[in-house]
Amino acid sequence: MKLKKILPQFLTLLFIVLIFGFFTMNAQENMDTRGIEFGFGFLKQEASFDIQFSLIDYDGSKSYARAYLVGLLNTLLVSAIGIVLCTILGVVIGVARLSPNYLINRTASVYIEFFRNIPLLLQIFFWYFAALRALPMPEDASLLLGTSYMTIKGLYTPAPIWNNFDVFLISLIVSLVIIFFFNRYAKRKQEDAGIQYPKFLISLAIFVIIPAFTFIFGGVDLQWSFPELKQLAKTSFTYEGGVGIPPELIALTLALTLYTATFIAENVRAGIQGIGKGQKEAAASIGLTPGQVLKLVIMPQALRIIIPPTTNQYLNLTKNSSLAAAIAYPDLVLVFAGTAMMQTGRAIEIVAITMATYLTISLSISLFMNWYNKSIAIKEK
Amino acid sequence: MSKVNLLKPNKENINLFLGLGVLFFTLGILDFYLNNFYEKNITGFLPGFISFFTPLIFGMIGLHFVRIEFSGIKKLDELNKNINTSNFNAALSFSIILLLIFSIPPLLNWFIFDANIAGDTKEACTGGGACWVYIKVWFNRFMYGMYPNAEQWRVNATFIIVLVFMGLGYFFPLRLKKYLTLYYVIFLPIISFLLIYYLISGGEFGLEWVETGAWGGLSLTFIVSFFSLIFCFPIGMMLALGRRSDLPVVKYSSLTFIEFWRGVPLITVLFMSAVMFPMFLPDGTYVDKLIRVIAAIVLFEAAYTAEVIRGGLQALPRGQYDAAKSLGMGYWRLHLLVILPQALKLVIPGIANTFLALVKDTPLIFVVGLLELAGMLGLAKTNPKWLGFSMEGYVFAGIIFWIICYSMSKYSYNLELKYKTDR
Repeated sequence: MKLKKILPQFLTLLFIVLIFGFFTMNAQENMDTRGIEFGFGFLKQEASFDIQFSLIDYDGSKSYARAYLVGLLNTLLVSAIGIVLCTILGVVIGVARLSPNYLINRTASVYIEFFRNIPLLLQIFFWYFAALRALPMPEDASLLLGTSYMTIKGLYTPAPIWNNFDVFLISLIVSLVIIFFFNRYAKRKQEDAGIQYPKFLISLAIFVIIPAFTFIFGGVDLQWSFPELKQLAKTSFTYEGGVGIPPELIALTLALTLYTATFIAENVRAGIQGIGKGQKEAAASIGLTPGQVLKLVIMPQALRIIIPPTTNQYLNLTKNSSLAAAIAYPDLVLVFAGTAMMQTGRAIEIVAITMATYLTISLSISLFMNWYNKSIAIKEK
Repeated sequence: MSKVNLLKPNKENINLFLGLGVLFFTLGILDFYLNNFYEKNITGFLPGFISFFTPLIFGMIGLHFVRIEFSGIKKLDELNKNINTSNFNAALSFSIILLLIFSIPPLLNWFIFDANIAGDTKEACTGGGACWVYIKVWFNRFMYGMYPNAEQWRVNATFIIVLVFMGLGYFFPLRLKKYLTLYYVIFLPIISFLLIYYLISGGEFGLEWVETGAWGGLSLTFIVSFFSLIFCFPIGMMLALGRRSDLPVVKYSSLTFIEFWRGVPLITVLFMSAVMFPMFLPDGTYVDKLIRVIAAIVLFEAAYTAEVIRGGLQALPRGQYDAAKSLGMGYWRLHLLVILPQALKLVIPGIANTFLALVKDTPLIFVVGLLELAGMLGLAKTNPKWLGFSMEGYVFAGIIFWIICYSMSKYSYNLELKYKTDR
């Protein structure tokens, strides 16, 4: 009986140890013959390659560690934009999918069936190589919304120039903290004494008024710098001032958003459909208004169904953002597992760091979501 | 004739309201049509901002007039019920109609009316539409990659034989039915491997040897996804069982394995197989690139398959385990004869979805230099004789992938419905 339990475990362990042992031994030997020393010291060396698009200060004289950070931030940037946009689009499409209006319903389902059955990489290629290449050159671009230019070299929009930005940021954080405590207070008041405050309106007022005060008293100042056409050479133009968003980022964001939104839309639809009709009828019969039914009865229950698969989609989006490498958007994979690896030849260390980074992101999001799920789960006695 | 209240269309004045409604609706469409295709603005006398929205306003007024309750005309009632229940709905419906009018004619022109298909050089493309000549000329490459033209029958033959073997399982006589799983999990992979090794790769029996670097196009997509599927299935099954095991070492090593592969993007796994894996092998051994890529995808997808199968295992009621145990069955007999047959039936739709994701992921293998369909498009796009046709290429590939994935997702959806009613 004992043997039956120990033997399989022993064999598994032996198998793992043997595989790892075999690999490490070979790796050691291979590195010895090539004269490479295993280690992460190379991270401090000068990177000496340029990155087109960076959120932080970077040039070729910075270290590989800095290049890694640039790549990581670019990955996080595209994931964050993608998550926000695909949530909005996904919720809209998911609700539209349930609309009694035939045209809206069909349009939403055509959208879903269309975008989710084409490989994401192909969509990225389509936007980048086919659609965005059809845009005008900088000198021919026309003004969009009076401020921006959409050109083959990217989107040029006005850039905010802040004075005393940190004061503004602190005021935002302070107002969020106040809103948090106010909501807790309001909830307790409602539970204890049945007094209802217009929570949303008061929160909104706090969120607007406190940061607005900093403009008057805190010395915060906001100005915009607008993009202006500038001639570099006889036929070469570019825009100066403002923010230039590279076409790679636009193509990647578009593709990721349109693709992931289809899955989120299906989650939202399933979540809302998963709430029994009886819930709505019961809520209506005790005199709740349609708005209250949605807010107090349907949404809290639907969110429980929607959130877990949607988290998975957020994770997928983050992982899929690595496809950026295919169109040369300088994300973690392209900068670090691509350029940096070519230059240093340290395959094992670099692939390991890249994978560990993605693993950390994935695991921390799923841990957070597990905790969140537990906190909103129905507490049964 | 009773009093006419323009805000409340009613049945008494149905002809008047219908007339007005149709008039405004047509006006809205006409205005939009002229604006977009003839650059004439019939409402140009209005300020620009209002003039921009006039088609929508006309359309909404028109739909408002036809919104007659209990009109007695069946078609109209149905129309109102489906797209015209309120002003808000009417605005949305009309916007969608305008969008269709706006987008469909140019699309049709590009796809069909202005497109060129005759001829076989770039110069044959004269219209403003798509140049399908490009697809026609490159079709062989898109399907078979660099595989020599004279040998392409071998690829076709392999696919046909494998499909025949797959279908054969369907016609098994009853007494052989219990070997069906064995057939699909062990026999079929071996047969297909031998076929691909001897027929597609060649080198023996008088067949010319074709190196894997020359394989490509859509056939490579099929080879990679098919192989990955048949190998990741057994591995995923073992992992799923391992994850539910009572033995801590087995359980946690399976868990770590699954979570590791699920946590990293496929592209880094492919990078790993391309640049890191050779470092882990004894010096001088060379593993073919295609095999390395398939191995990487198999490990990656096995983790996802394991989670799908685990879902099926968890869905089975405890009673099944208890009943089998009370008959004195051991672990393996219990799983092979009682649990897995039931659980696997439950997860067929999930497996189909995983396979769908796998097919959609195969274009990624271009990062290690294998050129399947998307990769061949990239190659064809940079050919100096055929510059500037990337749109046609991507649209073509999109259509092909869409047909494959859509039919597969419909199939898995039908399976899901079927098994739902079974239980």
